[in-house]
This record gives sequence, structure tokens and C-alpha cells, in this order.
Amino acid sequence: MAQAAAVAKHPRAGRRRTGTGAEPRRLPYLLIAPAGLLMLGFIAYPVLSVFYYSLQNYNVTKPWKNGFAGLDNFTRVFTEDPLFWPTLGFSAKWVVVQVGLQLALGLMLALLVNQTFVGRAVARALVFSPWAVSGVLTTTIWMLLYNPSTGMSRYLADLGIGAYGTSVLSDTGTVFWAAVVAELWRGVPFFAILILADLQSIPKDLYEAASVDGAGRLRQFLHITLPHLKDAIILSTLLRGVWEFNNVDLLYTLTGGGPAGVTTTLPLMIANTGIEGHDFGYASALTTVAFVILLFCSILYLRLSKFGGDRT
Amino acid sequence: MTAQLAEKGTHARVPAPRGPLPPARSRTPKRERAFDDVPRWQIYLPLGLYLLFTLVPFYWMLLFALRPAGSTSLVPWPLTFEHFDKVWNERSFAVFFQNSMLVGLATLVTTTLIALTGGYALARFDFRIKNGFMLALLCSQFIPGALMLVPLFEIFREMRMINSLGSVIIAETVFQLPLSIILISGFIKNVPVSLEEAAWVDGCSRLRAFLAVVLPLLRPGLIAVGSFAFVHSWNHFLFALMFLSRQDRQTIPVGLNTLIGSDSVDLGALAAGGVIAAVPVVIVFAFIQKWLITGFSAGAVKG
Repeated sequence: MAQAAAVAKHPRAGRRRTGTGAEPRRLPYLLIAPAGLLMLGFIAYPVLSVFYYSLQNYNVTKPWKNGFAGLDNFTRVFTEDPLFWPTLGFSAKWVVVQVGLQLALGLMLALLVNQTFVGRAVARALVFSPWAVSGVLTTTIWMLLYNPSTGMSRYLADLGIGAYGTSVLSDTGTVFWAAVVAELWRGVPFFAILILADLQSIPKDLYEAASVDGAGRLRQFLHITLPHLKDAIILSTLLRGVWEFNNVDLLYTLTGGGPAGVTTTLPLMIANTGIEGHDFGYASALTTVAFVILLFCSILYLRLSKFGGDRT
Repeated sequence: MTAQLAEKGTHARVPAPRGPLPPARSRTPKRERAFDDVPRWQIYLPLGLYLLFTLVPFYWMLLFALRPAGSTSLVPWPLTFEHFDKVWNERSFAVFFQNSMLVGLATLVTTTLIALTGGYALARFDFRIKNGFMLALLCSQFIPGALMLVPLFEIFREMRMINSLGSVIIAETVFQLPLSIILISGFIKNVPVSLEEAAWVDGCSRLRAFLAVVLPLLRPGLIAVGSFAFVHSWNHFLFALMFLSRQDRQTIPVGLNTLIGSDSVDLGALAAGGVIAAVPVVIVFAFIQKWLITGFSAGAVKG
């Protein structure tokens, strides 16, 4: 918000104090009031109440135990809960693998459809289309592909690849990559769209100058394209990382956190504890922990990647 | 930040002024070939492979939805609509579709209206809490709906709104708002204030001037923000799952989840349900996709 906003004053603003024309001094507050109130009520208040409940014993099924708990919930998270550390580990692995692969594939895809070729508009529309697909619909589609009796594996086995009746979703060895591929399918377009938008803002002259100077395509990519994309990449990976960490739609429906809990992320665990286990106090403590971890990682990431720095 | 980046986005579309053309014009095409001479197969081969990865899953869903149960043919022939009939009528997707539509359209309207007023305030006024409000909007991007489930559930229970579509509409609107406000304020900033001032001088009130001068220019932006709100709420699963337990109040994603979770999954019905879930989103996507790449996405995430 570096530039000063244009403050426009209506000619009659000062004179008319009553009636329809609210004077500019009060008007902006009136205009942001609906959004502000909604966000106070349904974002700020819930956030505060999570912090409050995290210090309480609050379980709908055990009302006799409700009351102040101090830091008991947090002690339970870090020392007693056998699920917490593996879940956190899986969350980290999920986020890193997803964001890394989505970025790599999205970058390649964006570079491809940024070229001039016949059928580009159609190709763009088609490769970007999974962007609009929901987590549950992704699960639906990949359930059809993965199902052991009539899915892909049957036709691959017909060709002599793999065995009949392979069920990638119930094998703890394959379930991770099965889920990763499904999420990649709808996650890559996000990066591709963003990077493509940024690619188009690189002045063509830079490439012309570089090729006159004899730089090959790889060197042009490393010295012109990548530095230009840096901030966009940092910000989109961060947002996507937060999003992948928090997003539960796909894993909840595709694997349900299983088999044997190997694909449970922290938010999935929170949803299970809070909604199915009705242990709101403990779920709130888990939520608080997740908040702190997210905040810490986000700040660390922005610091380490020197966001907004050395841009010429 | 938004404005700067938005400006950058415009540059992408409007070719930068090049200055005088080089005297030896014959050399220009050669140079262009020099930096744009990627062999065709290096484009079409990887693109073809990626298209396969993108489209086979869609085809698979259509295949299962359109071929008779028990068939293993790789083409949907003979064509059948029995799965659609079953899902729409027996599995009450007709009701889910109606609920999802209602939630999607209501979210679209409330989000756009509230974001319009908020965005206008941010674009046209300087006021004391402006920077604080902007910061709150940006920070809220990091607050996940999933982690807010428990307190939101409590709030809606106290408001006696569990099992009312209103709870989902409110929740979706609230989480759509920050991004929409940032986007719309960017769009309004791009409309010169002088246009509005001219209308005021002609005797228009602020509201009339806004409706007559600014609003028509905002159309593409409003379409994008509205589509985004619609697609999001149409797709969103968790709020509907948690706040709506009565079957006649459920939405399409929850209905799909029920089909997925049943003991012996009826794949034909599941595929048909998937197609029903996909159709509105595909239509909206086709509508906005060209525009998505130029301005909207840049503003959307970098806001």
C-alpha cells in the first residue's frame, strides 16, 4: 500500500449532515462494517475461543469433567498422545512432497503453454481444467481409477503390468503415492496458472538481448526467467503449503486417514477428535498447536527465502 | 502491493511501447526465431503426456457413468442413463443439487455485495483503521476453515442454525470475503476517480455515480469474484458435512461422500454423481478460464 489512496470527496459531503448522504468521515466505516462484523464474529471470535477452550476440559460426552484444565491438554498433546508425532510427521511429508511436485510440474506446464503453437488456447483450457474440481470429486474420480476390480489396474494387468486385484488404497506401502498422484492431478494447474500469469509479464526484450549475447535456452531460463518468477514462486508455494496442510477434503474421503492411520494429517486428526470424539477441549489444544506451527513455519520460510529481497 | 502487481498484470496484456523500430527490419524475424525456436516435438510430446494424465481420469468417470453396470468395455457403448436416473432420484441427488445451487448462488450474491462495499471503501477512502483492516484481510488467508470447525459448530449450535443451509452460506461467505475484498478494491482502483468526480459535478449522488459509472466497468472483475465464490462454495465439503446432518439438507459433495463411504460402492452411481457435481463447475470454468490467467490469478494470490 505504498501509494496514497485517492481520497475522493463528494462535493456535497460537507454540507449535508442528515438524510441519505453520510459524510465521508463515517462512510468508509459504514462500508466496511458488514465485512468487518462478519469477520469479527466468524473468524476472530472462533480463533479466540479456540485459545480459550484449549485451556479447558470440554467434552460434550463427559460434562462432569468440564472446567479449567491449565496446560493439561498441551501436556497430553506432546507427551501422552501416541498419534501426535506420527501425524505431524505425515503432515510435513505431505506438504513438502505436494508443494515440491506441484511446483515442478506446474512450472514445466506453464513454460510449455507459454510457447506459441497451434492449439494453444485449447491446450491451456484442458490442462487447467482440474483446477476447478473439488477434493471430493477428485476422490470420486480416482476411486474409479484405483478400484481393484474394474479400475486401471485391471486393464494394466491385461497388458501384463502388475497383478489383478491390486488395491493401491488399502496397502500401506502404496497409499501415500496413490493419494499424492490424485492431489497432484488437481493441484498442478494452480501453480501453472499463477506462473503463466507471471511469465507473461517478463519483457521479451530481455530474451532477445540474451540470445544476441549467445545465451542458450537453459541459461536464459536460469538467469532471466527464474529470478523474475522468484517472488511469485515463494508466495505461491507458501500459500499452497498452508493450503495443503489445512486441506482435508481429499484425504478424508479418499483414505479416511487410513489404512492404519498412515495418512492422517493434523487437521484430519483435529476433525476426528472434535467432531467424532466430541473432545472439544483437546481438539482446541491441537488446533492451537497447529496454528503456532503454521505461523512459525511461514515466518521461517519467508525469512529463509528472502522474500521481496534483491529484485532488480 | 496489490496495485503494483495489478499494474504489472496490465503490462502483460498491453505490449510495452517499443520505441522506434530498428532500421534493418529484415533482421528482426531472424532474432525472434533465435529465442523462440523450440522444436515442435519438445512442446507436443510433454504436453500430450500431461494431457493424457489430465484427461484420462475425466474420461474414466464419463465411461463409468455412461456404460451399463458390469460392463468392462473401454468405450461407453451401449450408452445408458440408468446410473444418472438412479443417483438423481433414488440417491436424492436432485435434492442435493438444489441445496448446492442454493448455497452457491447465495454465497455468490452475499460475497459480491459485501465485498463491493468493503472494496470501495478501501479503494476510495483513507481512514484510520484502513491499514489494520487490510492486514486483517491478509492474515485471515492463513486461518484455515478446517481448524475453525469446532468453534464454528458451537456458534451455529447456539444460533440454532445447525441443519440450516444458512450456516453453510454464512461460513462460506466469511471465508470468501477477505480475498474478494482485496480483489475488488484492486479493480475499483483501476477505475479513474475522475470519472466518478465528473458524475458528481453533473449532480449525481455518490451512490448514483457508483452505480452508473463504476459498476459497469467492474463487470469482468465481478464475474471473476462471483464465479470464484460460487465454485468454492459448490465444492466445499467440510462445512456442509459438519453443519448439515439431515439428509434433505445435504449438498452434492456430502452426497458423493455418502456414495464413496457405503459398504459396497456402486461405481456407476458414483461416477454419475461425479458428473453431476462437475457440470456446473465446468461451465463456470469454461466461462472464466481465459480471463483467469491474465489478471485474476495474479491478484488473487498475490493480493
